[in-house]
Amino acid sequence: MSNEHPAAIEQPLYEIRQEIYSRAVSGWFARWRWALVIVTQAVYYGLPWLTWNGRQAVLFDLVARKFYIFGIVFWPQDFIYLTGLLVVSALSLFLFTAVAGRLWCGYACPQTVYTEIFMWIERKVEGDRWARMRLDQQDMSGRKLGLKAAKHGLWLSLSLWTGFTFVGYFTPIQELAGEIGRLVVPGAAGAGPALGPWEIFWVLFYGFATYGNAGWMREQVCKYMCPYARFQSAMFDPDTLVITYDPERGEPRGPRARNADPTALGLGHCVACGVCVQVCPTGIDIRNGLQYECIGCAACIDGCNQVMARAGYPKGLIRYTTENALQQKLTPRQIMVRAFRPRVLVYTAILWSIIIAIGFALYSRIPLKVDVIRDRASLSREVDGRWVENIYRLQIANTQEVPHRFLIRASGAQTLQMSGEDAVELPGATTRMVPVRLRIDKGSLAAGAHKIEFEVTAADDAAIVARERSVFLVR
Amino acid sequence: MSDFTSGFWGVYISVITIVSIIACAVLLQLTSTRKVSGSEVETTGHSWDEDLVEYNNPLPRWWIWLFYITIFFSLGYLVLYPGLGTFKGTYQWTSVKQYEDEVAQSEAQSAPLYEKYANTDLKQLAADPEVLAIGQKLFLNNCAQCHSSDARGGKGYPNLTDGDWIYGGSPEAIKESITNGRKGIMPPWGALLGEDGVKDMAHYVMSLSGRTFDSLRAARGKDKFMSTCVACHGADGKGNPAIGSANLTKVNLLYGADEPALMETISKGRMSNMPAQKELLGEARVHILAAYVWSLSNSPGAPTAKPGVK
Repeated sequence: MSNEHPAAIEQPLYEIRQEIYSRAVSGWFARWRWALVIVTQAVYYGLPWLTWNGRQAVLFDLVARKFYIFGIVFWPQDFIYLTGLLVVSALSLFLFTAVAGRLWCGYACPQTVYTEIFMWIERKVEGDRWARMRLDQQDMSGRKLGLKAAKHGLWLSLSLWTGFTFVGYFTPIQELAGEIGRLVVPGAAGAGPALGPWEIFWVLFYGFATYGNAGWMREQVCKYMCPYARFQSAMFDPDTLVITYDPERGEPRGPRARNADPTALGLGHCVACGVCVQVCPTGIDIRNGLQYECIGCAACIDGCNQVMARAGYPKGLIRYTTENALQQKLTPRQIMVRAFRPRVLVYTAILWSIIIAIGFALYSRIPLKVDVIRDRASLSREVDGRWVENIYRLQIANTQEVPHRFLIRASGAQTLQMSGEDAVELPGATTRMVPVRLRIDKGSLAAGAHKIEFEVTAADDAAIVARERSVFLVR
Repeated sequence: MSDFTSGFWGVYISVITIVSIIACAVLLQLTSTRKVSGSEVETTGHSWDEDLVEYNNPLPRWWIWLFYITIFFSLGYLVLYPGLGTFKGTYQWTSVKQYEDEVAQSEAQSAPLYEKYANTDLKQLAADPEVLAIGQKLFLNNCAQCHSSDARGGKGYPNLTDGDWIYGGSPEAIKESITNGRKGIMPPWGALLGEDGVKDMAHYVMSLSGRTFDSLRAARGKDKFMSTCVACHGADGKGNPAIGSANLTKVNLLYGADEPALMETISKGRMSNMPAQKELLGEARVHILAAYVWSLSNSPGAPTAKPGVK
């Protein structure tokens, strides 16, 4: 340790978090964010309460492995649609990020949305930035205790409701409500069977996660945990719109009298009021340039624009602009033209082709699934010295919620006949294993495997048809 | 239970494990502070592509608590669960015990369902479609491997739908077959009868079931049948359900009724084994299976497998 830098100091490797007291902000972008908060949360909290055909409209029944989304029932075999949804989500993230940076983070991510709601509650209870900072510096008093208790009480209530809603997507929410009602008020009226302790556990688990993430962790989730936060910066290019401070216009910054002429004072437009730092939910100074902590919420734009208006300067000292626009002084029109660069067009083309493909696949989806399982233990058997028989099990799943009568046919080999039942009645959204016996005249086929095909058709709708291949073995 | 041939290895592993955990804690403690130079921006000191450097930003404070929690968790785990050599843990957990617990739990869950049917008469159960649906599932999972999914068996595995029973077709006899299994032995006669004698005997058996046969051979076979086979198959060849000897007057025999199959059966003998299901499935499931199997050949209400071609 002899060649150490003379100014070396000992410091903790682990940083203690500095509480961020972000100041309330209003403006064009704040209104957008609130609009998205309201839309996403109305959908989230409201959706499980809707009913459709006498059942919950959106229900992911993990035990029965059936996933109801309005008129459609998805089965585990439909997993490809979930894959498709994830691919669409990922490509959308790529596209939006390439066009205008971390739009998802700033406006729609649950972490942002719940933090926004929690900060709103905090503000209503404890007051804005300065009031909260004063309160936290005070010694514990009756008033402080009351305010803190009120804030955490409200946070916890909202969190529990959030956890309850989440579980309500997987367990019928009306029954869940009844169950929790009985738990709170023993003997209270409520329909439905008793639910297990796991539902309660998950309500508490997701409630706690909401409370912890939106109340306590906040920007640390984005800074230390979220992988998307990190890889989105890899999708930026010099033509991506990002929230940028215009140093050429702003510097040198400094305070000045209200009606002073900045050029006479040798100052830029930045009045060094610090509002952009105070409103930032991740506690950074946007004037230092693009930083990985920036979630692109545009609170600093709203804050700065208000200050600019008051100071009598044009808006947009902090604005959505691109690296190239700043360097080459592009007009808004030129920025727009560059938004249609090949990268964006390729993302858009891929995204739309996948959306159209999924849409078409969903539209033309046949609500019948058939699996053919040939009996493995016996190759074939001879019956009455006249026939050779093979046995199959047909796993027939009627994925529609209406009953159907299904007709079973087999084809592919000469003299192939079905012996026994050739039709099956299936109630809505059920699966049945149907043993099927095929026979040929002995000697009509050579020894070996012969390709055959099963065809299962709904008796009332010829469009509902599934074909599955198998083999007929002759010894 | 010990996987080690010497007690030394258990101790060896325990020591390594505990020392490693303590070393992790010490390492965490020692490295929680660092020396930094006074310069403004701290980087990791690595550079890529000539000028690309990485900021050395500190981890959050609460992160270190995750490391300590991991250490406490591992210590707690080692006390409760088997992890330190031959030490079994205070919780006495084993995978076998967990499996048994889960089976017991599952049995307890399904018990009331079977309870409902346990004391009901088999013939009555066979008329209940709900029971037959359960029975079919049990059959497909446990019996179809040999008897085929359609219960019509194959060579060596009896057809359960044709009303032809080796050990009797009453519901009780079927239940007995499933519960305790059956062992059928046809001794080999090849050495005693000689190849020609075996052929004679085959033709006599073919004559019993009305197949085309050589009457000369059959007549020779009959004499020997009356001295050797009669003990089990009876003078009329109709067999005896009490000992499971085949009824030779049927067109379809378990191992085939044509000349080559019969000759093989007579000369080499046959050993059949229906395994006992009592231990495997339990009394309650066997009860439902018996009703299902009986319903396949006798049923007022249940779907009978229709013979013939469609």
